Amino acid sequence: MDQHEFVTLVAPFKDKVFRLAKRLLVSTEEAEDATQEVLVKLWNKNNSLEAYSSVEAFAMTITKNYCLDQLKSKRAGNLKIVHNNFTDRQPSLQQQLEDSDSLSWVERVINTLPEQQRLIVQMRDIEQYEFEQIAKILEMNETAVRVALSRARKTIRTYMTKTHSYGIG
Amino acid sequence: MESDKIETLIEKYFQGETSIAEEKQLQDYFSAPNVAQHLEQYQPMFAYFSQTRQQQFTQAVPLQTKKRNVAWLSVAASVVVLLGVGTYVYMNDNSSREETMGTYDDPEVAFRQTQKALAMLSAHVNTGIEGVQYLKEYEVAKDKVFRK
Repeated sequence: MDQHEFVTLVAPFKDKVFRLAKRLLVSTEEAEDATQEVLVKLWNKNNSLEAYSSVEAFAMTITKNYCLDQLKSKRAGNLKIVHNNFTDRQPSLQQQLEDSDSLSWVERVINTLPEQQRLIVQMRDIEQYEFEQIAKILEMNETAVRVALSRARKTIRTYMTKTHSYGIG
Repeated sequence: MESDKIETLIEKYFQGETSIAEEKQLQDYFSAPNVAQHLEQYQPMFAYFSQTRQQQFTQAVPLQTKKRNVAWLSVAASVVVLLGVGTYVYMNDNSSREETMGTYDDPEVAFRQTQKALAMLSAHVNTGIEGVQYLKEYEVAKDKVFRK
């Protein structure tokens, strides 16, 4: 496979890899590094890629493992790195602010979930994978995926209801 | 879409039992402007999902052929080193051979060259001595002070 073929093969799912990495690692820069790392790994496997039934699922599995490794190595170290995105929030109208605030609330709630639930929410609700694919990527069975997903969604709901009706009830 | 149908879908959704198609229905419902008031609390969730889906990986795909480059570099480097060592050894060889063979074949020329070399040497030695001449002044001055 030459570079051009590889780029066209990778193009449809490289954003998904990035978003999954960002879900786990939180910081954009870390996620970009992870994505590049994953793509390099794929490129190095170049010749054996045809053997995989779904390169995308394979890439997602690599991403998951890579990011979990990253997190583990960071945690093992003495320094705890808190990932943040140091972007300046553009000042905006009241409503926009309110909207983005409730959206960032959702993000914050999702990021407090356990890693596995985060992965599942990311793949189901954002990337819209079928349960079968998720089970394959995460090396779990489908029922477990459903249960974890349900739990994650309910956690998000609890938080959202709490913030939504804050000061009312 | 009627909100009671959405409500049942939402219930299914939180049980993790909706299909992709049903979840898309929910997405569509919540991204439309007229969401029923009691369902508004779920809106940010779905808005966040569809917003996050837009995120893109903006970096270039790192398709370097690093490995091959490194290999070529090492080959090039070793060639340069070999050439360097080779020429050094070759030059050394040449100069040592010249030394052993002697520099001049003609005795006349050799004599003249030797004379020149000796003249140069003595001239330099003389300049050195001139420099030392000053020391004599000290000697004289010292004798004046410490008369014996």
